[in-house]
Amino acid sequence: MLEVLEALLFLAFDYAPALVFASLGAVLSERAGVVNVGVEGMMRAGAFAAAVGALVVPTPLGVVLGMLAGACLGAVHAYLCIRWRSEQVVSGMAINLVALAAGTFLLEALFAPTGTPPIAQLERWSLPLLKEVPIVRAASGHSALTYLALALPLAFHLALWRTAFGLRVRAAGEKPAAAETLGVSVSGVRYACVVGAGLLAGLGGATLSTSTLDRFEHHMPAGLGFMAVAAMVFGRWTPLGAFAASAFFSLGNALRIGVASSAPAVLQVVPQGFLLALPYALTLLVLGLQRRRGAAPAALGVPYDPETR
Amino acid sequence: MDGVSLEIAPGDRLALVGENGAGKSSLMNVLYGLYQPDRGTISADGRPVRLRSPKDAIALGIGMVHQHFMLVPSLTVAENVVLGREPTRRGLLDLDRACAEVEQTCRRFGFGLEVRTRIESLTVGSQQKVEIVKALHRGAKTLILDEPTAVLTPQESDELFKVARELSSAGHAVVLISHKLKEVLSFATRVAVMRRGKKVAEVPAEKTTPEELAALTVGSELSRETNGARGPKKPGAPVLELERATCRTADGRKALLEVTLSVREGEVVGIAGVDGNGQQELAELVTGLRPLEGGKLRLCAEEVRRLDPSLARRMGVAHVPEDRLLWAVVGPMSVEENISLGRQHLPPFSHGGLVDSRGRRQRACSLIRDFDIRPPDPQAALSRLSGGNQQKVVVSRELDCAPRLLVVVQPTRGLDVASVALVHRRLAKERERGCGVLLVSLDLDEVLALSDRIYVLYGGRVTGELERASFDERRIGRLMLGAEEATFA
Repeated sequence: MLEVLEALLFLAFDYAPALVFASLGAVLSERAGVVNVGVEGMMRAGAFAAAVGALVVPTPLGVVLGMLAGACLGAVHAYLCIRWRSEQVVSGMAINLVALAAGTFLLEALFAPTGTPPIAQLERWSLPLLKEVPIVRAASGHSALTYLALALPLAFHLALWRTAFGLRVRAAGEKPAAAETLGVSVSGVRYACVVGAGLLAGLGGATLSTSTLDRFEHHMPAGLGFMAVAAMVFGRWTPLGAFAASAFFSLGNALRIGVASSAPAVLQVVPQGFLLALPYALTLLVLGLQRRRGAAPAALGVPYDPETR
Repeated sequence: MDGVSLEIAPGDRLALVGENGAGKSSLMNVLYGLYQPDRGTISADGRPVRLRSPKDAIALGIGMVHQHFMLVPSLTVAENVVLGREPTRRGLLDLDRACAEVEQTCRRFGFGLEVRTRIESLTVGSQQKVEIVKALHRGAKTLILDEPTAVLTPQESDELFKVARELSSAGHAVVLISHKLKEVLSFATRVAVMRRGKKVAEVPAEKTTPEELAALTVGSELSRETNGARGPKKPGAPVLELERATCRTADGRKALLEVTLSVREGEVVGIAGVDGNGQQELAELVTGLRPLEGGKLRLCAEEVRRLDPSLARRMGVAHVPEDRLLWAVVGPMSVEENISLGRQHLPPFSHGGLVDSRGRRQRACSLIRDFDIRPPDPQAALSRLSGGNQQKVVVSRELDCAPRLLVVVQPTRGLDVASVALVHRRLAKERERGCGVLLVSLDLDEVLALSDRIYVLYGGRVTGELERASFDERRIGRLMLGAEEATFA
């Protein structure tokens, strides 16, 4: 029993970082008032660019390329939403569709329809003392990104609530006109946050293809981007909340993989489709059960137009 | 706005008056760097300057208190004040220093504000003080107040003007934009009148009268309805009775607590209160938009258990809501379509299940004439009309139903002098006709001028009922703040 739990935790530690990064990005963008459902597409771009990059340059540099790819899509989203005040959900979905199609096309044109060739996976760190303790040792043997995903939410929490920039971000998302009349550039803050969100979603995607697995697969990120948005909502638009929700969803994901690989007997009873749907069903269930609403920033999704104050 | 010149000196108390859309707010927005002038110059201390953004205006010592507050509700007083120039220590926001700095500004100018409270838990009057502190904290020497008293109680207004006077005697210049000529004349030393984007007059306050100013703003003599013109009160049977009525707000808090009141045929009953004390819910309750949780509701002596908007309409209730674009009209639709809404299936708007466009056109045109709706085009999109004309569309439609009970909320907010007079005249006419009018307004002067009886709401309870003979502004103000024990006429 303990072994099963340990194996599940190990898998969760492998799968969670991608979700954590992407949901932190979503929090950043939406706190500043820009709806971000393009996370899925930005993650896909990041995963693809990182894997392709890692075929040529060292894998860590590939991860950086993945982040930049995500940031580029973030910049497109920001430009459409801020400069042209376009409908933010539509812009996000357009990014998802473009990334889906472009990823598939490039994959088939350059490699094979199912995925890229394997790359050198990011180095896995074995933690000296920790790896001796049962259960806890599930935390050992992951890439640096896993440990970054443990630290980053705290850093974001501090940044949002304890820095001047964070105060401006929150003001821009709650009442942009107030910020603008005090000489804060709402557009500037929003650009920074949406591009930053793309960077983080790109990092999340890169995590999938360089750390969780060792290649880009054709279905990546398989809905994880939408799950990241759900984690942000479930976490009430806070970094720590999004982290907790991401961890919870990742456990569901680990359960699916763990059962399929270590207890195939279960598949005799439960059809595989049900298992595959488990994390997604969990997400829906949790969002449906959420009692208190109204934690969203007041100006979320409202383009800021200085003329119609 | 066209060729306007204005000069402001330290210690000045200047008032800007004019109708809606006369260009007062535009002028001030140019001064605050929000709009750019097409032609002309702005000079500060004798040097020409360019104001590209509020930042430039702030740097020149110009501060503005907007009509709609520019505060972030979820942040504290101190956070709102320091936003944009936050004190930091080693890269982190230094909240303790921010609080200390803001506290110091408050003390220096005599504002008693708790700097660590969130804006959303402050009263409207206190929020306005935060706006002023915001400007002063940035070293404002010129303070622009855009319709500052629209949402304040008389006591809060008095306090505001006391503070503004002190600031002006300490060398600050104060510019007041207001529709209320009484307060303009008691506060300002100079009055500038704007009409259709031009400055038509600038007069010393002691040399003018409210009548002269009113005439200047509309460009012709306007006979203001006086209270004496109203017929004697001869109320009939009750059209609305609430007995210990209780209901909740949208987010589940108790909004009305055992409210008992009545409106009779041929009387105007005013509801006075500070914003957010249950007025909104009261209006929604009697128009069927909000369910009754306890107590009784009777319309025309008939007890109604489950009122909905459609039933309310059939029982003769008409509603002029506060937020017309949210509740009363469809912006992109034409004036005639909006006029037919609610009765679109009845003659003359419909015939045999189809829209009767000729009948609708005729009725719309006759209402447009009656209410002087401009432009007089039944096919114009409603959203292209000015706020005052949109309101006239709503009022004309509701009165055209010949209601037995008329519920009006903030009927003249943001309207200019001529539109206000028209709406007031129409309400008086309804009263003469025998309609019961429930008037909810945050403008106490309006409630006092129109009502036969006033109920004061505070914290969801009725804290006072006064007959016209015993109206007393001071006492109503105290009742509105819950500062006096409940008394009933």
